Amino acid sequence: MEPASAVTGRLGLDPAVVRRARELASRAGQPIVELARTHTTVSVERAVLRLAGLDGADGDGMPWVNRLTDAVRDSAGLEHGVALPAWDALLTGGYPHLAALARDAAAGKVKFRIPDGADALAARAAAAGAVRHGIATIDARRAERDALISETSDPPRPWIYLIVATGDIYEDIPQAQAAASQGADIIAVIRSTGQSLLDYVPEGATREGYAGTYATRENFRLMRAALDQTSRELGRYVRLTNYASGLCMPEIAALAGLERLDMMLNDCMYGIIFRDINPRRTFIDQRFSRQIHARAGIIINTGEDNYLTTADAVDAAHTVIVSQLLNEYFGREAGLSDGQLGLGHAFEINPGVPDSFLLELAHAQLVRELFPDAPLKYMPPTKHMTGNVFAGYLLDAFFNLCGLMTGQSILLVGMMTEGIHTPFLSDRDLALENVRYVRAAAGRLGDSFWPAPGGLIGRRAREVLGEAVELLGRIGDEGLLAAIAEGTFGITRRPPDGGRGLDGVIRQADGYYNPATEMLDATSPNAAAAADASTAEPTTGELR
Amino acid sequence: MTGQVVRPYGDTTGDGQVQVSFTLPVPFRTAAERARAEGAALQLAAKMGLEPAMVVHAKGIGPEFTFCIVYGRVRHLVDLSGVIVAEREFPMLSSPEINRRIRAALGRELVVVGACIGTDAHTVGIDAILNVKGHAGEKGLEYYREMRVVNLGAQVDVAGLVARSRAEGADAVLVSQVVTQRDAHLANTREMAAAFRAAGPQRPLLVVGGPRFDPWAAAALGVDRIFGKGTGPAEVASYLVHALAREPGASAATPDRVPPERDQRAQEAPRE
Repeated sequence: MEPASAVTGRLGLDPAVVRRARELASRAGQPIVELARTHTTVSVERAVLRLAGLDGADGDGMPWVNRLTDAVRDSAGLEHGVALPAWDALLTGGYPHLAALARDAAAGKVKFRIPDGADALAARAAAAGAVRHGIATIDARRAERDALISETSDPPRPWIYLIVATGDIYEDIPQAQAAASQGADIIAVIRSTGQSLLDYVPEGATREGYAGTYATRENFRLMRAALDQTSRELGRYVRLTNYASGLCMPEIAALAGLERLDMMLNDCMYGIIFRDINPRRTFIDQRFSRQIHARAGIIINTGEDNYLTTADAVDAAHTVIVSQLLNEYFGREAGLSDGQLGLGHAFEINPGVPDSFLLELAHAQLVRELFPDAPLKYMPPTKHMTGNVFAGYLLDAFFNLCGLMTGQSILLVGMMTEGIHTPFLSDRDLALENVRYVRAAAGRLGDSFWPAPGGLIGRRAREVLGEAVELLGRIGDEGLLAAIAEGTFGITRRPPDGGRGLDGVIRQADGYYNPATEMLDATSPNAAAAADASTAEPTTGELR
Repeated sequence: MTGQVVRPYGDTTGDGQVQVSFTLPVPFRTAAERARAEGAALQLAAKMGLEPAMVVHAKGIGPEFTFCIVYGRVRHLVDLSGVIVAEREFPMLSSPEINRRIRAALGRELVVVGACIGTDAHTVGIDAILNVKGHAGEKGLEYYREMRVVNLGAQVDVAGLVARSRAEGADAVLVSQVVTQRDAHLANTREMAAAFRAAGPQRPLLVVGGPRFDPWAAAALGVDRIFGKGTGPAEVASYLVHALAREPGASAATPDRVPPERDQRAQEAPRE
């Protein structure tokens, strides 16, 4: 099998241009990191409470973390963070735990204040102790994953990624187990449509959703437990994926770490572009959520494939590269190792375009060479799946071939019935048969794939990289927020003060205190990356 | 040779050949199980009118299922004179065509204001229609270059909606209603329609959507069009262009705001 770090140097990319691209991405990203370091959001603060163990919801299903955060915001503000006023009230009010405090706070019975002197020190110490417990749980979950991978095995790459989405967690579980038995290495549970726009995380096991299943802590726990059982039966660790992007990115990241999910959709701009979530809110939430993912050993999946479903896959190829470089910069800054950067892209060129397969090869190989150590996630055709299932099956085979030839790490399995219905049992089986055939027949073709130096593939790859560098330069000049406002990505314009969730953004005051970021900043980026290199990520695709 | 009565065509006129595939919840491991699974497939084929039929492929999927591909001859005849074509009052258009029509007819962006009104907090419907992300692979209205979309979100009061629509110069107002307790969706819709009428003669096109609406009740509720369960963004976009961005030279200068006749309803193919 392909080593994870390989197949580079085939496109004649100029290392100076690649370096320049990274420098420009860093220049464009730095002001955003500064924004994230000096602001907080309601969801970041709620994530702190979740790490400290506050769970559950009131009679209307509104989580206690929301009720407590809102109450603190109303009476003391969140400029100093939720921790100081909340733990001050907990200690001075003699509450046995946060849940009791949250109940009284929701009933308007608690007056919060920003403590100072010895009270402040006491509140800080108590908050830090509680959050440290949550971080320790995440560490334990990570060790548990490593142990289970040793006990079973780590499947060779590319990992086969399959989706379940019934809306009912108790239907999802047998489907996921069946999919794993059929060959899936990764199960993704699609979220209910629009959950990314909810400013709270629903509670409990859920049996109704819109075209997907709600991401809740209990649903995470149920599915992970079921897949642990399946992993042991199959002797192969089956990874579980869910979605962090949205208004609750920090909280969902915390819950995913606490319940040992393995991969999370976490894109730096998806919520902005495709869900009209406020850009500032998204970038601030993103940084915190990625710090948690880094700690939890979770691989993020970025959403560049989405750009190609709106814009043309040839014209917009360079915007994918730009977004990947930005996701890499933000990811590394937040402490993610390269082995945790599941950068996304897709096979979406119109099959009617001449040489479309060569162009796909050029794009896929370019991404592989730019990010040699990243577990790239390659998405199958969706836009040009017409309902002709026979032609679609052929297109999926070409997608599989391109993915294998260019050493992609995660293959989302294409369904010939894409766009018709949620996959039938037989659709999934046929799709896996397609992957198996291409893998057996041409899995080692990549070893012999050396595009002619002056040929179309190399020329196209260098052209796309050149366009990406040019665009990154422009973004750096005018600022990333301005570029997003002008519709640079996914042809959608999103002004910095528009979109949902802006009222949940708060500038930090002097003396802002967040025990979680304090602990995570102390270990990132290098400590987390170093710890990572010694543990979870396989360096070769061989079966253990 | 083709008359009013036809059969499927394999390689000879009238041979009636068709291909179907399906999965049966029966195992396919032992020889006995295989024989039974193929027999079950043939029995189903015969009941579907395929006779003679041939199971050309059968394969076990997991321990409990068998996937089958069957070819066979249907005995049914298709009477073309009995085919009734259910038509929308407007054609479905591609996104480039929609953009082109708006440019040609309006010479500016078509402005769409969307909201959930009343106490309804279920934005899933309006978001599926408006957000770029869209629904089931169809991009939402934000995706169309020539549309400007203002999504006001949930729990918008009617007066606010009217004021904002006027401020934005809305060509169309899209309202989603999911909650139906005590027929709140109907009351809210009537209230909205009345408020827009009261606000002056130049009202925007009023479009309402939700899973429990009767798509043929638009006139009764005082709106221009109702979309029911299963409507995608492309259908809404096509309708907006039909109503607001007529082809130059097309018959009526005023938008056709007449809902389809009630008797067409039974012919509308059900859509999930």
